[in-house]
Amino acid sequence: MRFLFKTDYEDDIKLFPHSGYVFSYGLLLAVLLIAPYVLSSYLMSQLVFVCIYAIVGVGLLILTGFTGQASLGHAAFLAIGAYTAAYLQQFNVPFPVYFLTAGLLTGVVGALVGFPALRLQGIYLVIATISFAFIVEEILARWESVTHGNEGMRVKTLYFLGTAVPRDGPTFYYLCLAVLVLTIVGSLNLLRSPTGRAFVAIRDSETAARSMGINVSLYKVKSFAISAAITGLAGVLFAHKLSFISPEMFTLQLSIEFIIVILIGGAFSLHGAVLGAIFLVMIDPFLTYLKDDMPGVIAGLAATLGAGTERAAHIQDAVAAFASANGLKGAIYGIIIVLFVLFEPLGLYGRWLKIKLFFQVFPLYKRATFKRQKIYVKSERNR
Amino acid sequence: MSYFRAENLSLHFGGLKAVDAVSFAVEKGEILSIIGPNGAGKSSIFNLISRIYPPTSGRIFFEEQDITEQPAYDIAKLGIARTFQNIELFENATVLSNLLVGRHRHSTTQLWQELLFLPSVRATEKVHRRRVEQVIEFLDLEPYRDKLISGLPYGVRKVIELARALCSEPKLILLDEPSSGLNVEETDDMSFWIRDMRSDLGITVLMVEHDMTLVNRVSDRVIALNYGRVLAMGSPAEVQQHPDVVAAYLGA
Repeated sequence: MRFLFKTDYEDDIKLFPHSGYVFSYGLLLAVLLIAPYVLSSYLMSQLVFVCIYAIVGVGLLILTGFTGQASLGHAAFLAIGAYTAAYLQQFNVPFPVYFLTAGLLTGVVGALVGFPALRLQGIYLVIATISFAFIVEEILARWESVTHGNEGMRVKTLYFLGTAVPRDGPTFYYLCLAVLVLTIVGSLNLLRSPTGRAFVAIRDSETAARSMGINVSLYKVKSFAISAAITGLAGVLFAHKLSFISPEMFTLQLSIEFIIVILIGGAFSLHGAVLGAIFLVMIDPFLTYLKDDMPGVIAGLAATLGAGTERAAHIQDAVAAFASANGLKGAIYGIIIVLFVLFEPLGLYGRWLKIKLFFQVFPLYKRATFKRQKIYVKSERNR
Repeated sequence: MSYFRAENLSLHFGGLKAVDAVSFAVEKGEILSIIGPNGAGKSSIFNLISRIYPPTSGRIFFEEQDITEQPAYDIAKLGIARTFQNIELFENATVLSNLLVGRHRHSTTQLWQELLFLPSVRATEKVHRRRVEQVIEFLDLEPYRDKLISGLPYGVRKVIELARALCSEPKLILLDEPSSGLNVEETDDMSFWIRDMRSDLGITVLMVEHDMTLVNRVSDRVIALNYGRVLAMGSPAEVQQHPDVVAAYLGA
């Protein structure tokens, strides 16, 4: 076990508490940098999606994880970012300009959503954000002069500093990775500053936050704006990655996917956003496997167990029908959320912390270390 | 004129008069206690001062400034800090970050500076950290700096709440039952701290308290309330002997 001896106030402020962190994150970065030369193009493409989902995850964590304001409308922010990019591209606006414009515009929209959200809490806020997402979806479908309605919009190849950055090349991956790293560093900076502490204070007790001089409304709006802006930036990358966007891509299901990202990753740490993104993006290959290989595998298994050819073929058809059933993805998402909320409310990152602690203090690990305490004396009436 | 003044302060919930035309004044450097049976309106007065409730009528003055209409977050900025009867700490944060939130009224950095964590932010963060450390030392909280609030015992939380209020470097502090839930020893510590706050840090104290030993030991003056009205005001001994106060506590 390592003991940290702090000798300077700097030790409480710096991002890496000790050299071990520098080493492990450096190693991780090195692995990510050489990944394009090692991994198949399919996995690289998945990795790009991991980056994009993780950026959105970081944005959503700031709002939901740290400020305690739930949102099921983040697909709409992603859409606004994506459509801003696609629209401005038509006028040959350079990438850095429309990238930042998309972030800024989404941030402003986020702030506007934040204002009515000031009076709402919990489930009501969720409903309000869902409604907002539906409104945006509807606007995208109807405002044909700008968004081309349900026909969708083609997103041209990204040009950065005069060179083309194809959406399946390593440079695009590096771009997404860079945006992700910058987002994470920016968010960490924010979280160790007064603003980040104000967010956490609002999450845990609005009354106390107010009596400590925090302008709760202002900081909630700020949180909405920052969260939305980050999601908008991810939207630009999302649009480029898909090279075609249409309103039906930004549905409620996408917002739910973002919630899954932070819920499964662990909604109390930025690590959660990345772990959750990896988990979510890797569900897709799993579903493909379920659809393509699973029926054959089960039929083969049935045949070896002596089910007969005809019966085996019948089983194969049944499994195939099940695996390609409509809404299977949604059902799997639902089951995953329920299981995580019940058995691992701290998410994947919480699980990792438990494993780490187990080895650090071996053999003295206590299961109760992470048990959540119930607080009975809390004045809810002062909300 | 007085340092802090409440004039004809009232708070009505429908027909219930929680606070009914209460007037009192606090002098600079004074320790004033408010006592009274349960439901007398003591905490309601605090909630009026810190603007959790808007008063039905009446005015509040602090340093000759009318603060009745100020928004809640401005009250702390003026230098009035408070603790809560049932502890309102930020449960899922460490003691340090709880105390640093107390420094919020002194934060000067802008959002974009914080995103980049510029040297100026780093410098002010260190100043905040140093101030917090002084309070940690004052209240003997050294063992708990990096602990999560949710894992700490009640007595410690009570002190941390006091610490958080002190971190904002208030001029006037409102203590809502500082000794409730504390054992005899901890209550002793609390009485020393309250006196030190006044003598060393120059803070004026307004306190709601049930423990008469503590009240007698630290207060300069006492106000007794019942049914939202002032029964008696004066030195601790005077108030305890006042016939109305005896009647309110023991029954007529």
